Order: sequence, then structure tokens, then C-alpha cells
Amino acid sequence: MQHLLSRIGTAALLLWLVATLTFALVRIAPGDPAQLLLPPDAPPAELERLREKFGLSEPVPVQYARWMGGVLRGDLGTSLAQSRPVTSVLADALPVSIVLGGVSLCLSFLIGSVLGLTQAAHRQRATDRILTVLTTAAYAAPAFWVALSLVAIFTYGASTWGFPGFLRLPAFGMRDPAGMLQGWPAFADLVRHSILPVLVLTLVGAAGIARYARTAAADVLASDFVRTARAKGAGSIRVHGRHVLRNALPPLLVLFALALPGVLAGSVFVESVFAWPGMGRTMLNAISQRDYPVVLGATIVYAALVIAANLAADIALALLDPRRRS
Amino acid sequence: MGASLPASRVKVVAFMPGIRVPVLVLLLLAIAVIVGPWLLPGDPIAIGDMLDTRLLPPLSRGTDGHLHLLGTDRFGRDLLNRMLLAGRISLSVGIAGSLLSAGAGVLLGATAGWIGGLADRATVALADTLLSIPRLVLLLVFSTLWTPGLTMVVAILVATGWMGTMRLVRAEVQAMRSQPFVEGARALGTGERRLLFRHVLPNAIGPAIVAATLGVGNAILLESGLSFLGLGVQPPTPSWGNMIAGGRDLIVTAPWVAIMPGVLLVLTVLAATLLGDAVRDWLAGDRATAEP
Repeated sequence: MQHLLSRIGTAALLLWLVATLTFALVRIAPGDPAQLLLPPDAPPAELERLREKFGLSEPVPVQYARWMGGVLRGDLGTSLAQSRPVTSVLADALPVSIVLGGVSLCLSFLIGSVLGLTQAAHRQRATDRILTVLTTAAYAAPAFWVALSLVAIFTYGASTWGFPGFLRLPAFGMRDPAGMLQGWPAFADLVRHSILPVLVLTLVGAAGIARYARTAAADVLASDFVRTARAKGAGSIRVHGRHVLRNALPPLLVLFALALPGVLAGSVFVESVFAWPGMGRTMLNAISQRDYPVVLGATIVYAALVIAANLAADIALALLDPRRRS
Repeated sequence: MGASLPASRVKVVAFMPGIRVPVLVLLLLAIAVIVGPWLLPGDPIAIGDMLDTRLLPPLSRGTDGHLHLLGTDRFGRDLLNRMLLAGRISLSVGIAGSLLSAGAGVLLGATAGWIGGLADRATVALADTLLSIPRLVLLLVFSTLWTPGLTMVVAILVATGWMGTMRLVRAEVQAMRSQPFVEGARALGTGERRLLFRHVLPNAIGPAIVAATLGVGNAILLESGLSFLGLGVQPPTPSWGNMIAGGRDLIVTAPWVAIMPGVLLVLTVLAATLLGDAVRDWLAGDRATAEP
């Protein structure tokens, strides 16, 4: 219980530090937000007016107090480009990314841990070597390039090689352009649109998880209790399913939390290439429009997700592993 | 003792297949990107005869009879030539970004672990804060606030990449602070700085070497990502990332322009990552045998 409370305290402290860091970064950066927003030859009076509007002419501690007070109340400021609260801009985008990332993360986890366990069981043999090169190649491939390659295959390739109808997957957007569909057809259409984005994120995610799971399972396989289980005459399925999997589970759980940033980062590119209106694309649009409140708000939300995932992994670990409960 | 390896051990390592193959691939790549742009036809930067030579598919000949092995881009520039030129930038940014990050991590980790107290706590808190933001998001924030460009990309890579090495080195230094050989050296009157840099650090450097090797591939990937989004290396200087971005709107009509640079990128990062893995496994094995 005390452990839990101290973990929650640490998480809150980290979130406060992240909010402080974002504030500090804007201060350290050359030029203030008003200068960033206006063209270099803007009249000084205009600059002064903007500074006044954003509260930039106040002393830094006052600005900091205002910013932190806002963050605490769940107010991340106002979007410069859209003239509405940052929280409402992000609230529109977050569910898209959570669903896209969540589905891909679960699939990556399933595929990745099976691959990693297979590799560990066949360590240093041909299966392991081939899978190592393949997973490392997928890990080495940038998500945006994989995404573009798939777009090329399903547009250029589909017409060049004459794909059958069911393989002609939509390569852009989240739903049909006209937006006329309702009910089940609309859902089926959403699923068709999500095949390629989910495929990219799963490929990249599963590769990373397989790399990690292989090491985790190999460590367990080398331990004394596995040797004892084998010596007792336990079959391969029993050894791998009961002894290895159960002991490789805690590190895999930590991995679930560690994989989250990677999937989130991957979704920035995937949303950009496939034109999905999620957090990543919102952040990229905000960057190109110099809409810094949205950029900083999105950063805080990303950090909150990572911190929450780490906290959840910690709690789950304590539940799974009696040794950590004390 | 990772720092002072006998020459025979180094020789053995150099011939292990796990290390030999990726090193060979990386060496060939390095030679290709250095020599290639001099040997291949055309100017990879200047915009050529656009009407006749633009967007030629792979294996076609231009009006001047030159063979374009991988085709040409929208300005009629030989794609292979440009890819190799971009490789110079991407490889240097990757190596510089990763080495400097590891260097910063070693310096900060050693200092924090050695001094302890407030400096240590502040460093760890900063690292934890930076680590709770996904690195790509952090890179995006940095490149929004500072003007993108070649040196800025490296600086941003270092600013967001030192934390892992710092933690590893700090832990090693802390563990070594009260070791008998350190106390012995101190009893002999060795100064604190010399103690840290000559006695402690060489013994704590192993994890930093692994982090630096594995970091090269990662840094190349991140640079390409930033350049793809237009926030990294700026055209006309080619990098693999901005070349892929340049072919993005041609993906339906001339997909090779975006796909080809990525193939070289994946090959490079694959070789660098396999090399990093091999070095890590070797160092782990080295420790296991050195400390029975």
C-alpha cells in the first residue's frame, strides 16, 4: 500500500516536472512565442499587442504560476490557429490515436511475444537466426517508409499487377470520403480503412517486442528451475508454457509500458501518411502553424500517457510478483 | 575489464560472424557513400534537363546515354547518386548524434554518480522527466522551438539521447565508488578527478560502448523521421529522410523515388543494430567469463 502511494506520488511529481520543462523550453528558445508567430518584419506595436494578449509582458514567475495553475485545472490554454481550448482540440484527436495505438499494441504484443519465445526456444539455430534478421529489419524500418511502401503497393501496385477487388484496400483517410455510410456499413468501412495503418504499427511494434521477449525468455530458459523441471521429466510444452512463460511474464508486462512510447511515436508518422485525424497529425499540423500551445499540450498528454502506463505496469507487477509486494 | 583488452581477444572478436558481417556491410556502405557520388553520372544537386530525364523508372537510360540504375527523381537527378550523397549526411548525423549523446551521458553519469548529493538528484530528475516524454515527441518540440538544420539536428539528438547512458554509467560509478581498488588509489593520494577519469570510468565504460553502438541506428532513424517531416536536414542538402519526403506525393505514380532511399536506410540501420547486439552479447559474455 505504501509502495503504491509512493509510486503515485512519483508519477505526480514527474508530471509536474514535465509541465515545468515545457514551460522552461519555451522560455529558453530564441524569440518569444509572439515573435515566432509574426513575420520578422512585423511592426513592434503589433508584437507588443500580441505579448500583452498572451500575458508575455508579465514577470516570468507570474507566467509560470498561471501556466501551472491552468495545467492543474486541466486548462492547457487556447489554440492560436483554431481559437478554441487546447483541451478540446486534443480531446477530438486523442480517441483516434488511442484506438489505433491500442489495437496495434495488443496485436504487436501477441505476435511479438510468440515470435520472441519461439526464438528463445530455438536459440542459436536457423529459426532463431532467420527470425532475428527479419525482426531486426522490421525494427530498423522507419514507420513512415513502411507506410509509404504499403500505399505504393495498394495504389501503384494494385493497378500495375491487377489486384482482385477484395485486396483493393483504401490507402488514405479514416472513412469513406462522402461520409454517407451509417451503422454497420460505416463500421465495416472504418475497419477496411484501418487495415493498413494497423498493419504498419503492428509490424514495427511486434519487431521491437520480439527482440525484447527473446532476451527475457532466454534468461528464464537459462535459469536453474528450468533445468530442474527438465530433469524431472516435464515435457517441452509444460516447460515453456508453465515455467518459462510465467517467469517471462513480468518483464513482458514492463515491456507493455515501455512499448507505448514507441507505438505513440510510430502513430505520428502513420497518422501523417494515412491522413488519420489523431494526436500525431494534430501535433504536426500545430507545428507547421506554429500553434505552440497545442504542441505543448500534446506533449503533456503524451507524457501523461507514458507515466500512467508505467504506473499501471508497476502496480500489475506488484500483483503478479509476490516478491515485489513488501 | 572492458577497457584494456589483450590484442588477441580483439582479434578473435573481429572474426566473429555476428560482428564481421555487419561491419563488412557498414564498411561497404561507407565506401559507397564516399566514392559513389564522384563516379556516378550527373550532378546530384543541380536541377537538370527536366522534361526528358525526370522520373525515369529504374534501369532506364537518360538522353545522354547514362544508365540510371534506380531511375531519376522529379528534377531528373540520378536517384542512386543522390541516395549515396544523402548517405554521407545521414551516416555522419547518425554517428555524431549517437557518439555525442553517449559522451554526454558518460560525462553526466560519471559526475552525478561520483559527486552524489543535489547535483546527482537534479541530473536524475531531469533524465526521468525527459524519459517520460516519447523521444520523437521531444524531438518535435525541440525542432518547433529551434530552427531546423544540420547542426541543430545533431544538437537535438544529443539533448534527447543522453539519459540512457547516463543512468547506466551512474549506476556503475556508484557501485565502484567504495571498491577496494578505488579506496587504495585514494589512500595513495590520487586526486578526485584523476581517480574518476583514470581509475573508475575505464571500468564503467562497457555499457556506454553498447549504448553508443546501438544508438547509431536509432539516431539515423530519428534523423530520417525529422527530415521526413521537414523538421530536420533541409533540402537541397539531401538526407534519406527528406528524399523519402520528396517522393511522397509521387508515391502513386513513381513509387521508386520514395522507396529506394528507404531500402538503403533499412540496410544501414539493420547492420548498425545487429552490430550493436553483437557487441552487447560479446561484452555480456566477456563479463560472465571475467567474473566467475
